[in-house]
Amino acid sequence: MSQAEILRYSRHLILPEFGIESQRKLKAASVLLVGAGGLGSPAALYLAAAGVGHLGLVDFDVVDLTNLQRQIIHGTSDVGRPKLESARDRIAEMNPNVRVTTHDARLTASNALDIIRGYDLVVDGTDNFATRYLVNDACVLLGVPNVYGSIFRFVGQASVFAHSDGPCYRCLYPEPPPPGLVPSCAEGGVLGVLPGLVGVVQATEAIKLIAGIGETLVGRLLLVDALTMSFRTLKVSKDPACPACGTRVIRELIDYEQLCGLGQPAQGAQVAQATPVAEIEPHELDSRIRRGDVFDLIDVREPHEWTIARIAGAKLIPLGELERRVGELDPSREIVVHCKGGARSARAARLLADRGFGRVANLAGGITRWSEEVDPGVPRY
Amino acid sequence: MPVTIHLPSQLARLADGKRSISAGGATVGEAVEQAAAAYPALGPRLRDERGAPYPFVTFYLNDEDIRLAGGFARTIADGDELIVVPAVAGG
Repeated sequence: MSQAEILRYSRHLILPEFGIESQRKLKAASVLLVGAGGLGSPAALYLAAAGVGHLGLVDFDVVDLTNLQRQIIHGTSDVGRPKLESARDRIAEMNPNVRVTTHDARLTASNALDIIRGYDLVVDGTDNFATRYLVNDACVLLGVPNVYGSIFRFVGQASVFAHSDGPCYRCLYPEPPPPGLVPSCAEGGVLGVLPGLVGVVQATEAIKLIAGIGETLVGRLLLVDALTMSFRTLKVSKDPACPACGTRVIRELIDYEQLCGLGQPAQGAQVAQATPVAEIEPHELDSRIRRGDVFDLIDVREPHEWTIARIAGAKLIPLGELERRVGELDPSREIVVHCKGGARSARAARLLADRGFGRVANLAGGITRWSEEVDPGVPRY
Repeated sequence: MPVTIHLPSQLARLADGKRSISAGGATVGEAVEQAAAAYPALGPRLRDERGAPYPFVTFYLNDEDIRLAGGFARTIADGDELIVVPAVAGG
């Protein structure tokens, strides 16, 4: 370790529980961050600052203005740049001693093992269930610890999975929810500082695992609620029947899109949920409004979203109230439903079809595409 | 046999904003059914239409995952605490 490094890390080196040996372990370590978003941003910055020698980043996205409220590794001038480039530059500025490897890809069953293999541990900062199960199974198969973090609105979770004899993500949640049941942060929102709290917990756990100090979250789940500022840890037991780390019947990576109901529809109840609904393109809807066609435009978003932006002529019936208020609608009339991005309104369209509404269409891409393609005066959010 | 069911903030919205609710019954499943009856919007987020637990909503009875300890048939005692931990995937 150079004199400059000794000075840089001096506050670590003078910690009796840490010292130069732990710092050397950090320098020799390779950590893969899956996702350079809300969780990956603070985790990457702190791991770089702490002196982890090699950081890998997996992402395929570009920086969007809506990311900046929480994804603090990216700045305003980075909007439109690949997140990997933006993150790499910021890490280089934070600590030029850190070697960065970028993996410009969506993590899939076909590339996950090759990408993860060779890293000492993974920090899971992905934003969807399919990739979380993929990261879990790949880490279990490779024996690479998975420093898990997950957030939604005001709540967060963190743990360490796939560590020696500890449990894995499937021990906690054997199967993912069907699509649409749990909204994403893009749909449901997230308090910007929350990924800061949880991502820094992940960085802390990664540093402790590498240094071999303290008690980690192996076998424990940390729950964070920013609204009440309450922290609680619960025991996560290894499930002997877990197909990943228990019985180990999962010997290779599977189709995670299908596992999450995103590919081919599964049997039974899932089929109804996956039934396609008629869609109307934003420009087509605009033309029909201009022509004076007769139909009802129903906005199924929440009232607080309605106050941000709305399409002229729409009527607000939040999805959660639609079943109760279905009597307000005339089944003989054509109905166009919309939400922010199209997912909630697709469920609304299915609900109406089930209630005997014969002519229902879903606005493709919701009010977001309406703003982008028809009326830029409607704010995007 | 009242127990306290602790809800995360995203589910509290479906229970008139209450972070914790009281429910009775001899088992976890019965307490969940009581909670679902008291708060109809909350019910579908706790268990499926047959009253069975979801694999993506984990219940802790006094810090123990009930999935590995009898599931919804697990008996409960006065004063027990039931913590609902739904899967979230944001990042």
